[in-house]
Amino acid sequence: MSKNDNNLRGVFINGIFNENPTFRLVLGTCPTLAVTTSAMNGIGMGAAATFVLIGSNVVISLIRSFIPNKVRIPAFIVVICTFVTMVQMLMQAYLPALYDSLGIFIPLIVVNCIILARAEAFAAKNNVIRSAADGLGMGLGFTLSITLIGIIRELLGTGMLFGNQLLGSGYEPMLLLVLAPGGFIVYGLLLGIINAIGERRKKNNKGVTSA
Amino acid sequence: MKLRVSHGPHLFARETTQTLMLDVIIALMPTTLAGIYIFGTRAALVIAISVISSVLFELIWQKLMKKRVTITDLSAVVTGLLLGLNLPCNVPLWMPVIGSAVAILLVKQLFGGIGHNFMNPALFARAVLLASWPLHMTTYNLPQRLFLGSETALSGVDTVASATPLLSIGKLTNTDLLIGNIPGSIGEVCKVAIIIGFIYLMLTKTITWHVPVTFIGTVIIMSYLIGVDGIRAVLTGGVLFGAVFMATDYVTNPMYRLGQCIFGVMCGIIVVVIRKYGGYPEGVTYAILFMNCVSPLIDRYSKKKIYGEVKKSV
Repeated sequence: MSKNDNNLRGVFINGIFNENPTFRLVLGTCPTLAVTTSAMNGIGMGAAATFVLIGSNVVISLIRSFIPNKVRIPAFIVVICTFVTMVQMLMQAYLPALYDSLGIFIPLIVVNCIILARAEAFAAKNNVIRSAADGLGMGLGFTLSITLIGIIRELLGTGMLFGNQLLGSGYEPMLLLVLAPGGFIVYGLLLGIINAIGERRKKNNKGVTSA
Repeated sequence: MKLRVSHGPHLFARETTQTLMLDVIIALMPTTLAGIYIFGTRAALVIAISVISSVLFELIWQKLMKKRVTITDLSAVVTGLLLGLNLPCNVPLWMPVIGSAVAILLVKQLFGGIGHNFMNPALFARAVLLASWPLHMTTYNLPQRLFLGSETALSGVDTVASATPLLSIGKLTNTDLLIGNIPGSIGEVCKVAIIIGFIYLMLTKTITWHVPVTFIGTVIIMSYLIGVDGIRAVLTGGVLFGAVFMATDYVTNPMYRLGQCIFGVMCGIIVVVIRKYGGYPEGVTYAILFMNCVSPLIDRYSKKKIYGEVKKSV
């Protein structure tokens, strides 16, 4: 039993660090680049994607034995669409401001690679609880990553954080960072830093085992 | 008698990166000095900060990454100098520092150092600064001192705030434009000095004529085609400076002569198209950066066939 618990935690942690969808798997780059102009957008996008991920992972895991192999992708898409439509309607009703600022990228969660990839690679092969843990881990990993990018871009690009003026009036915001090239530059730099840290850790671990 | 045994090739050229870069620096001196004369000590300060911070960033990065320190090859000096010459003289003094960081760290060192940058570092830094702080980058002080005479049509105005001085120069004579009695970035205003630099680069065979001549020629022809005075189109804005000093960067240029001609012609076309139809009044920066990105493709297309090589059947 305890082994199973460990396993669940491993599945959950895996999505946040080892297989972080944004920085390790490099999936879902379209919303990562497009909506991360502010920290709030990052959290909103992340929460929406997490909800869809958990929902679709659970449902796909439940029906995985009924889906004929040949039509599994369309079947996954239909399940994902259902949850995306729910998110879209809920957000439009209760968070209209966020709904407006995320715009077209809410319906586009349907084609977010993270969700389809987890359905195909994980939920279709694992039981419901593990699939839910995977969805939660991946969703949180995605949320944390794009919120981090959003924080950097909003802070340096506008001098604000969550809409509050943070850097003094003497700071002249670097507009480029809230424009499209800023998304690519910040994402690329973070990707590079995280890869460098990963490489260093791998090297250190090797050193320990060989010694 | 001592005999040295070595493998071929035995031909030996004295040129090193350092001597090439030194030639570029010498070629940039006339326009640098003219810029300082026209815009005063403030221009010298901007250029100095830009050069010093470029060299420092290169030094710090190479120390931190435990790489061989290559600041003596002078390439960082050239990048800093080009960046400084690309700024208006009244920018806040932190801007050349950020520009140098972008040029040296982001464009040059992160892609592997000298010879590996896919874009012109100084020009990309200028584009970043222009997109980030458009107000500072487009507020041009009028010349403090003038060559030949003391009055131009713009005398009596303090600053010109427009995306480039292209918009406000209608009243100036061609002589004013040629000798640099106009507002603008530090290095781009004095066309005579740029032409002297170009002649020096040609005489020392640092660059060939292909890129600058096709670039400028295309701008002249295209401008006449859309009904603009072609000579004035070249004498205003950054076409001359860009064509001579920015577009001729070895690393970001096509390698073959044919490719370089395509590169120059395309730059010219893009400049005129941006000036006429684009959202910006000046397009030299973006034209060169865009062509930098496609120059590997041009290389693939314009590669010479080696004698005897058989065309591969598809």
